[in-house]
Amino acid sequence: MAIIGAGMTEFGELWDYSFREMGIRAGLEALNDANISSEQIDAMFVGNMSAGRFIDQEHVGALIADYAGLAHTNVPSTRVESGGASGALALRQAYFSVASGIHDIVVVGGAEKMTDIGDAEMRSIQSAAADQEWETVFGATFASLFALMTVRHMHEYGTTREELSAVAVKNHRHGALNPRAQFRREIKPEMVEKSPIVSSPLRMLDCSPVSDGAAAVVICTSEMAKQFTDQPVEILATAQASDTLALHQRKSITEMLATKVAARRAFDMAKMQPKNVDVAEVHDNFTITEIMAIEDLGFFPKGEGRKAAIEGKTAIDGEIAINSSGGLKARGDPLGATGVAQIVEIIQQLRGNADKRQVADAKVGLTHNVGGTGASVIVHILGAGP
Amino acid sequence: MIGVRCGVCEKTYFPPRMICPDCGRVSIEKMERFKFSGKGTVYSTTVVHEAHEQFEMQKPYVIALVELDEGARVLGQIINCEPNEVEIGTEVKSTLRKLGEEGRSGIIYYGYKFVKI
Repeated sequence: MAIIGAGMTEFGELWDYSFREMGIRAGLEALNDANISSEQIDAMFVGNMSAGRFIDQEHVGALIADYAGLAHTNVPSTRVESGGASGALALRQAYFSVASGIHDIVVVGGAEKMTDIGDAEMRSIQSAAADQEWETVFGATFASLFALMTVRHMHEYGTTREELSAVAVKNHRHGALNPRAQFRREIKPEMVEKSPIVSSPLRMLDCSPVSDGAAAVVICTSEMAKQFTDQPVEILATAQASDTLALHQRKSITEMLATKVAARRAFDMAKMQPKNVDVAEVHDNFTITEIMAIEDLGFFPKGEGRKAAIEGKTAIDGEIAINSSGGLKARGDPLGATGVAQIVEIIQQLRGNADKRQVADAKVGLTHNVGGTGASVIVHILGAGP
Repeated sequence: MIGVRCGVCEKTYFPPRMICPDCGRVSIEKMERFKFSGKGTVYSTTVVHEAHEQFEMQKPYVIALVELDEGARVLGQIINCEPNEVEIGTEVKSTLRKLGEEGRSGIIYYGYKFVKI
């Protein structure tokens, strides 16, 4: 399976673009990149978490197909949802539709418009990815659930405030090199530690922002890809795992078991190991999530993930480049778009088009997208074409 | 707090489940009603400073994961103490409290919160 085109809008507070405009812009960039026309598209999958509550709009699959100018081809278009992992899941569904032989060329989009509502409403929608009946009802916010994981991780492994800050600092440094990132300025550890407290010990700069944005890719079989590009990126593995919705029902809260299982399934499918990966986009919706992710994906032993950012091991020129795009923290996190944007970054890395963020000799990349507090995890492994 | 205990492996669960996740099908019809004592130990804790609208008046408040003495874990608020008096290992007991209301003239709903013992 190959990806023949990629595109995305910048991420940020995009006051000038509506939901449909963002989706179209990202899609057009991907189609131009793939050098295909709308008539060649057999199907679309759109990742979107909550357009119904953010902009009062459901039926997003049909909406994007229409405004992409594809209504005249009556293209089948499907909206896909799994909390913050909706984008990656849309790619996975597209993969199945091509692998089944039923569709040849499929467009995958991810889009979310989060800034047309106030903070309180946004927080409420975000927590809909957690357990409304047994977590939110008692006063838990989405951030507080990750704070509980942080406190326990500090207790079990000695993770420190400085080690959390180093993740945010690194990702902002990377974001400063990314023209599409929401935040393009470096920050200092003291700024993280002095930012307003959200849920102890997590502060504002431990948390990814509210964002608007869209991203898109075009996929087809590796055989067909030769017609369109001599730089296809291969999808070597797609994997998915679920776990309990509520944090209190997990066996351990200092890891995401679904990440470990999805990673194992992905590495099995690709016939590879963590050490083969050169560059990875992981789900740093909070600083702690990156620390747990790089352990659970097998890049660092349990308990050692906390040192990776502060020791420079996960910088662009480190042992393994983590979140060269700036991650959710600096690039932004329009919920349904993030999973597809992670794929776009890896594509640029594998093609050698990542400019100032380029990881030397990047041949294998991995993306890690999480829904809720770890109830859904989707991992993809991509490889540079022949 | 009424949950269930699996008749096969004796693990306790809250809230009640029809099937034990560990035992699977063999546990169907064997999940026994189980009344928890309400006592437990704090497994993790955080002080919430940015809250949902209906909890604005309570900020800052403590949200904790409590490991009940009988095994199951639940999430709830820890009340009637200063936020910094709660840490991993603190012993608590559940108590009935108002959780919220559905609008100004709507139904008032209750649940459990925890106090230190």
